Amino acid sequence: MEAAPPKILDDRAQWLRANLFSSPLNSALTILILVALALVVPKILSWALFNAVFAPDPQACRAAKGACWGFIVEKFRLMTFGTYPYEQQWRPLAVTILLLSLIGATMNLRLWGRRLWITWAICVPLMWILMRGGSIRIPWVLISGALVLTGLIGLARNIGFRDWRFISTLVLLLAGVYRFASSGVFDYPLFLATGMPLVETDKWGGLPLTLILSANGIVFSFPLAVALALGRRSELPVIRALSVGYIEIVRGVPLITVLFMASLMIPLFLPSGITVDKLLRAQIGFILFAAAYEAEVIRGGLQAVPKGQYEAADALGLSYWNKMGLIVLPQALKVVIPPMVNTFIGFFKDTSLVIIIGLFDLLGAVRLASSDVEWRIFYVEGLVFVALVYFAFCYTMAVYARRLETHLNVTTGR
Amino acid sequence: MTVVSEPKGASPPRRRSFYDKDVQAIVWQAVFLCVVVAIGWFLYRNTMQNLAARNIKTGFDFLGSEAGFEIGETLIAYSPAANYTRALAVGFLNTLQVAIIGIVLATLLGIAVGIGSLSKNWLVAKLTAGYIHFLRNIPVLLQIVLWYTILISERFLPGPRQAEAFLGIFATQRGVYFPVPQAHAGWTAALVGFLLAAVALTLMSRWNAQRREDTGTARSLFLPGVALLMGVPFLAWALNGAPTAIDWPTLRGFNLSGGARITPEFAAVLFGLTVYTSAFIGEIVRSGIMAVPKGQTEAARALGLKPSVILRKVILPQAMRVIVPPLTSQYLNLTKNSSLSVAVGYPDLVNVANTTINQTGQAIEGVTIIMIVYLVTSLATSAFMNWYNERIALVER
Repeated sequence: MEAAPPKILDDRAQWLRANLFSSPLNSALTILILVALALVVPKILSWALFNAVFAPDPQACRAAKGACWGFIVEKFRLMTFGTYPYEQQWRPLAVTILLLSLIGATMNLRLWGRRLWITWAICVPLMWILMRGGSIRIPWVLISGALVLTGLIGLARNIGFRDWRFISTLVLLLAGVYRFASSGVFDYPLFLATGMPLVETDKWGGLPLTLILSANGIVFSFPLAVALALGRRSELPVIRALSVGYIEIVRGVPLITVLFMASLMIPLFLPSGITVDKLLRAQIGFILFAAAYEAEVIRGGLQAVPKGQYEAADALGLSYWNKMGLIVLPQALKVVIPPMVNTFIGFFKDTSLVIIIGLFDLLGAVRLASSDVEWRIFYVEGLVFVALVYFAFCYTMAVYARRLETHLNVTTGR
Repeated sequence: MTVVSEPKGASPPRRRSFYDKDVQAIVWQAVFLCVVVAIGWFLYRNTMQNLAARNIKTGFDFLGSEAGFEIGETLIAYSPAANYTRALAVGFLNTLQVAIIGIVLATLLGIAVGIGSLSKNWLVAKLTAGYIHFLRNIPVLLQIVLWYTILISERFLPGPRQAEAFLGIFATQRGVYFPVPQAHAGWTAALVGFLLAAVALTLMSRWNAQRREDTGTARSLFLPGVALLMGVPFLAWALNGAPTAIDWPTLRGFNLSGGARITPEFAAVLFGLTVYTSAFIGEIVRSGIMAVPKGQTEAARALGLKPSVILRKVILPQAMRVIVPPLTSQYLNLTKNSSLSVAVGYPDLVNVANTTINQTGQAIEGVTIIMIVYLVTSLATSAFMNWYNERIALVER
């Protein structure tokens, strides 16, 4: 029997056949989906576009059948910057741009290095000063804390006893301890007049607040997370038990309880007379929460470092801190960069929870905007707008994480 | 590591120096423990002083006193005269209710989406991939609030008086009202019959599996299964008086009454949790299936197995080993995320505990109760999933 000559289809028909109509089941599925789309898509489009009102006019919005994007046009500034004083909003805008470009720079692995970390270290207080304005009072506690920290770092670096640096760090340490011990640690020896009007943290809101909470959260929780991950892999039972306990308890409870605890209990924990403002309390809660999750990611990285590396470091006679700091952590942290970006995406989304303890982040600012009676019924449009903003940020980071993964896999040959 | 055995009695007594590794270990741990205890004691002392200064009582005595607040949805009998323990129990049951239903729905939806994203059908693959990427990148709290806003908005749903019934179901901005059979012994009997049939079917499928192991042949349980699951409840229903009375929701005054009602609060939390988690589960299922080597599919095809059998008997059992651990953490996340109910007013544990804290001022006790309950729930879930994981793990010879 002679075989029938193969049918020659043009490219498009071939594509359709292979991708949409490859089998009876697939054809049925395709048709079903097309019918469903034909029913749903026009409805969504007519609501979101054709019947929508884009002018900030509540009367027109109420008359129209579609969405009221005019709500966002009208309340755009309130939704982005919260209740921050209107004529001062260049400050949160500057902070947002600064933070976004910093995050952007950090996403470029080639820029990683001491210079970038120093930039971060300078920019974090700078952003705080810019947002807050007024005259910045620096309490003794901060200064003596800095002194003690410099002293301890100096001592830890094994500088010779006769070295002038050792002596000066020792002097710094003693001066710090003396300041701590002497009364009036909460006096303010230094004033820094910024020349900008003071804006208290309860007026901060919108996108800058979301960015500040998430960026500071991940930066400050990182050292704690490394310590917890090392603690969990430690051979010392007490340290291991405490680390495991902390990590598992924090990961076992919802973020909202950690935030409740931070907002309700931090005032009770501190000696009377010391107050911590609401934003800082939420930030502390976030840092403590994020550290437990990051610790688990870092632990994964530590476990991925081949055992031979640990043994080689031991064989060289390196101390624990040298072994970890010079051999293990640099390799472990490199492996965990992509999952860390994913963790960061999670925290970025989680910052929306601060609305429950009464802060006005992106979501809170939209709720605030819709408390205006005229616009109340258009809350949905505001929420859709915020959802798209969150999506834009998170999706960009997710795509970045995926690319990074491929890139790192190529460079490490794994 | 080589173990050098020392001759007994011959070795000189070891002198422990401060630089000895073991000594250092003990010293450092002692120092660390002291620091932790000192910080703990410092916080404890401050807390006690602050509580005394603010005249706040401590301890769990408040649990026995009258709660005095209404709870919108209760699975067990509750009135404002009941005590706080009862109120918290109501909240916990509500948490469990939304979490369990959410887990079941999110799993089904997630598996469908995950398999769909690997479909050869371009349209299905693109749509499901879009679903996964879009929904997992929007905060779950935002999704819950968005659902709630839509469900209670007069722009999208009619009020109870304007609503028109569809098959006896009213979809209104105060919730969905639907008809239910009136309480009768016949329905209870049918439910019991269904459970018994399910147990019987499980035993039968075990016996069938054993038979396949022993003899290599097994009968299909599909038809007897359907017959059992449908027949036994039907017989139980018919023998107990065959009740047919149905409780229809009807408009009385300004509101609908009768039938059963799904509140917008519950629906919003359930939709939000289900949709958000299903996007993550979809991704997990997708990567689990991708992790099964291609050779497995090819070998199964070479044996002449049908595509559906290949999926059920070759790919899924292997993919499950990759899927279950991350799936567990998604279940835990969903349960923990159900605490976001507080944002839309669904009376879950956190919501009730929050009211309790506001009324009694005993924040520490309230937060502690929430934390302990969630910790126990999380531990129970992970214990169950670990057991399941071990059961399906690769048995290596």
